[in-house]
Amino acid sequence: MIDVLIIGSGGAGLTAALAGKEQDASVLVVGKTYPTNSQTSMAQGGMNAALGNVGDDHVSSHIADTIKSAHGLCDENMVKKMCAEAPQTIQWLESIGVPFSRLDNAGSGVETVAQRQMGGASAKRACYAQDYTGLKILHTLYDTCLKNDIDFLDEHYLLNLVTEGGSVKGATFLDIRTGEVKQLNAKSVILATGGYGSIYHGYTTNAYGSTGDGVAAVLRAGGSVSDMEFVQFHPTALKGSSILISESARGEGGYLVNSKGERFVDELKPRDVVARAIFSEFKKGQEVFLDVRHLGEKKLMELLPQEVELCKLHEHVDPATQLIPVKPVAHYSMGGIDVDDMLEVNGIKGCFAVGECSNAKVHGANRLGGNSLLEITTFGKYAGENARNHAKNSIVSEISIHQLQQDKGYLKHLYAKDHTINFYEKREDLGKVFYEKVGIVRNNVHLSEAMGILNAIGESHQNMGLTDKSPTNNTNLIDFLEFSNALQLAPTIISAALTRDESRGAHFKTGFESLDDEKFKMHIVSHLEKQA
Amino acid sequence: MKINILRSETNTQQSYALPDKETTLLNALTHIKATEDATLTFTAGCRASVCGTCAVRVNGKEQLACAYKVQDGDVVEPLNYHPVLRDLKVNKNKAKETLVKSTAWLQNFTEASLTHKDEKHTETQTDCILCDSCYSACPVYAVNPDFLGPFALTRAYRYSTDKREDNAKNIIDNIQSNGVWDCTLCGECTMVCPKGIDPKMDITMLRGLSVQEGYTDPTFATQSFGTPDFSGGGFGFDPNAGF
Repeated sequence: MIDVLIIGSGGAGLTAALAGKEQDASVLVVGKTYPTNSQTSMAQGGMNAALGNVGDDHVSSHIADTIKSAHGLCDENMVKKMCAEAPQTIQWLESIGVPFSRLDNAGSGVETVAQRQMGGASAKRACYAQDYTGLKILHTLYDTCLKNDIDFLDEHYLLNLVTEGGSVKGATFLDIRTGEVKQLNAKSVILATGGYGSIYHGYTTNAYGSTGDGVAAVLRAGGSVSDMEFVQFHPTALKGSSILISESARGEGGYLVNSKGERFVDELKPRDVVARAIFSEFKKGQEVFLDVRHLGEKKLMELLPQEVELCKLHEHVDPATQLIPVKPVAHYSMGGIDVDDMLEVNGIKGCFAVGECSNAKVHGANRLGGNSLLEITTFGKYAGENARNHAKNSIVSEISIHQLQQDKGYLKHLYAKDHTINFYEKREDLGKVFYEKVGIVRNNVHLSEAMGILNAIGESHQNMGLTDKSPTNNTNLIDFLEFSNALQLAPTIISAALTRDESRGAHFKTGFESLDDEKFKMHIVSHLEKQA
Repeated sequence: MKINILRSETNTQQSYALPDKETTLLNALTHIKATEDATLTFTAGCRASVCGTCAVRVNGKEQLACAYKVQDGDVVEPLNYHPVLRDLKVNKNKAKETLVKSTAWLQNFTEASLTHKDEKHTETQTDCILCDSCYSACPVYAVNPDFLGPFALTRAYRYSTDKREDNAKNIIDNIQSNGVWDCTLCGECTMVCPKGIDPKMDITMLRGLSVQEGYTDPTFATQSFGTPDFSGGGFGFDPNAGF
């Protein structure tokens, strides 16, 4: 039996695998694509650590900034742990060969790692590799996994967790290539399956696959999710394509201007503030642009080469000479699987969750730029260690194949049934409804309307199905399962947003514009009603 | 406008009509799948040229579907030298094994004093997204399926010249067989890389590093001096002496 089964092969999963594998535990990383295809590759701006390489900084400032941005909804001990371990995480990434951008300061080791300003930070704290920070960390982690002989199982789609008596025993998967449904038994499971930003289909910087597969699986297995209403909107996505333009563009000195060419917000405020400022310009009929022309072509190519390329390709704009049209879109899920301070899922023993899928309560109501790469690497290691230790003490028993049979039965039913509704249309509808009614500025009327529309889509789900009946390599089936997961999570977001009659961080509600600590300084936790 | 996509089930091109407006190939594929033909099979992720999932061949040339603007009459096919799983979806496992064979990772870490210049030295090489475009474009695979290939060798070069690497020789040792000397330096890989990486140059540099470690070009030795005419060594020099 596998000691540690890791589901998801992005930065969190790979770091967990490396930590889990120590002391000869057996580790298997299962992913729905290939390890380097993950959302981690899209993290651009940097990773926070109070190294103080560029001006003064201290871990306590990093902690204070993170707590401030969380607006009362973080677990301060978890924040302290993450921020305090940040410098040694950078040291570890340095030791496996991450090609960070460098300073010419004649220092040694991590002293030479360049650091840049990000929104909401009181110092230049984000370590970076041009604007490819996530890509370069991810690929170095992958190379290190190959070096350490980590086993991978690619193109396996998570169907359900296998649990017995409140403990995890493994998970079921669809082998995308063969169409076979498999059960993998394990002593510990780590979910590192990413966020749920793709509910905002068409209005998100996220990859297609960020559909909250692991979060939904936890709900179905009897676990809890929390803080689902806190979805971060990134202020600067390209207007036409929703493709991300890194916050580092503003960190390096870029301005936001409206159609009249006027600046209207301090660009280095946290993302929630800047996103709302842009939204209110839209309400006034203004367009909003990112202006980096004054940085000059040389500096742009040096610091933001990827952004320049993406602007030219997708917007026909040369940032060195032209304004970049932008809009805020869904970017990051602060909420997710409710875990304790060991990252163990509340309600499912032996199951851990880390990264964007997890709510480790370090981001609270609003994540700071540069803290997600930090979370996946620092807590990735922590999850790997904890899962390994759990496996060591676990007793092997015979595991039922009930879940496997149930999942085989469901897929058989799905292949057999007819459908009248094209779920791809509903995927578009859901994304639009969420952006318009569960977006940057919310109100209870819109939220209720969104819930109504969602319920209607939910009810019509039984009339949706597969057009493609191929048993093998059926991406129509994967799209359907992903959409079904998004649909399962959607009500938890809206109902929590409806309940939260206040404004806090990324959740802003008209009519309730201020913070109400007395009623709402708490996490809203959801779980599925047990079926009779 | 129309595009033609190679379907694996029939091994024929299927034509699809698209609205006459500028669009990326990925948007076109997604549109077709959502509205017209849900059986059309491809893979995609980030839409922003960084996850490496959506590489295909358009009119014979490797492209990221998310970064290619569709033209009327385009012919879209899966990557070369990868087993086709279905339509444009291919199996990349064998290609990725080249990374293991070349041991393209940091062998032994030693703390170093890195500078901005050091960062620049392998900045482009570390932009690699493992999209496999270079692998698909490499003609060596037509004759040698075990070739380590462009992306693995670029990665080997990136680590072997990292100042933090204390045992670059190990990497050099592991890229001799089916490696640096098997490349024809045709430059097809460089032509197709969506991130502007130049594997041909990296391989050339690796050859230099190999010579420094005492290796010689085996093809040079056999082709120039290993023929029967020269095998007697009658010219008074040793063909293995370091040309």
